Amino acid sequence: MNTDAIKELLYKMADDLLIIGHRNSEWTGLGPILEEDIAFSSMAQDKLGHAQALFQLLQELGEAAPDTVAFNRSAEKFHSAQFLELPNGDYDFSLIRHFLFDTADQLRFESLASSSYAPITKVAQKIKGELKYHVFHANTWIVKLGKANEESHARMQTALNQAWNYALGMFEKSKYEDALIADGIFIGEDALKTQWLKQVNTILEKATLKLPAETEWKPVYGGRIGNHTEHLISLVDEMGEVFRIEPSADW
Amino acid sequence: MFTEAQIWEALEVVKDPEIPTLSMVDMGIITKIEIRDKDTVFVEMTPTFAGCPAIKMMEKSVAERLQEIGIQNPLVVTTFDKPWDSNKITARGLSCLKKHGLAPPIKHVGEITEELLTNVICPFCGSENTELKSPFGPTLCRSLHYCNNCLQAFEGFKPVV
Repeated sequence: MNTDAIKELLYKMADDLLIIGHRNSEWTGLGPILEEDIAFSSMAQDKLGHAQALFQLLQELGEAAPDTVAFNRSAEKFHSAQFLELPNGDYDFSLIRHFLFDTADQLRFESLASSSYAPITKVAQKIKGELKYHVFHANTWIVKLGKANEESHARMQTALNQAWNYALGMFEKSKYEDALIADGIFIGEDALKTQWLKQVNTILEKATLKLPAETEWKPVYGGRIGNHTEHLISLVDEMGEVFRIEPSADW
Repeated sequence: MFTEAQIWEALEVVKDPEIPTLSMVDMGIITKIEIRDKDTVFVEMTPTFAGCPAIKMMEKSVAERLQEIGIQNPLVVTTFDKPWDSNKITARGLSCLKKHGLAPPIKHVGEITEELLTNVICPFCGSENTELKSPFGPTLCRSLHYCNNCLQAFEGFKPVV
């Protein structure tokens, strides 16, 4: 078993979930309507739960306890894609990011539900069922706002254009990519991206939204190896603020 | 020494902290009970949702109940070994949900489809003329619905595979 490869896979997934979970929670109290405030708050709670389950697997592989890993690392130690650290922006951008990320997240967990690494299989089987609701929520709003009126369509299209290259950055390959595929642990980022593009396209067509031309596709890589924007630094500072006041406190 | 059946029965008084009419046994989240010796009982639980904030509280309630009936060394663990799904709620559990004003989850056949959420039966008037307002409600396991027949908003317990 290639422990380093598994750890890297778990870290990037857990960090994506922790960071998007934090961003989702920033809508608590500020959502445009009550139901959406509740939806983003609920998804925040789900994402943190999923991150915690993965951090626990990392702890079983010898890493520090979940709270310490989540709240006591500096930004450059995070393996999350830059896409997830970007500020929430307007609701259109948050919805587009939610749609692009959760479609990928669901496909990732669906593929891991048949991984050769048993501990992750069990967690993935559980999580993929919960993610149905996240994708269902995202698809509903993307289609609704894509077609509602001129302004909503234009806003969603602009948000999609802004998000796209960052979203492609989620599929940055690991240096362990070949080993993970050969050992049957993970199908690999390329295969995942192919599935993702297909599903994303199906929904965008229903929403009458268009992907940027393929010649414009320039994936924003770097997050997986610790290169981040200034947005992650302030996010991490805020997220760990209470924990760092008294690291030995028992919650 | 207790039998396994006695422990199952003893745990029926431990309720779900978010739905106080429903026992954890009927909820289907207790997945295994093992009698190790006269003082040691092992209980395995699994959360309804991975991010369920009540899980630590429920572990504690189970341990306290076991101590109450005289088991000095209760061992309670939470795992995903046998993951929860909504078909694991017992028939009594489903009727408890309804009594609490929550539409019980429709039995799934291995797949959650939109149809399972769109025409949920109203727990107040029994009408199928209802609509989904949001797949997210006041707790992770609930959704929001509206009944066009009795003009009442209600919550549903989500089907989960």
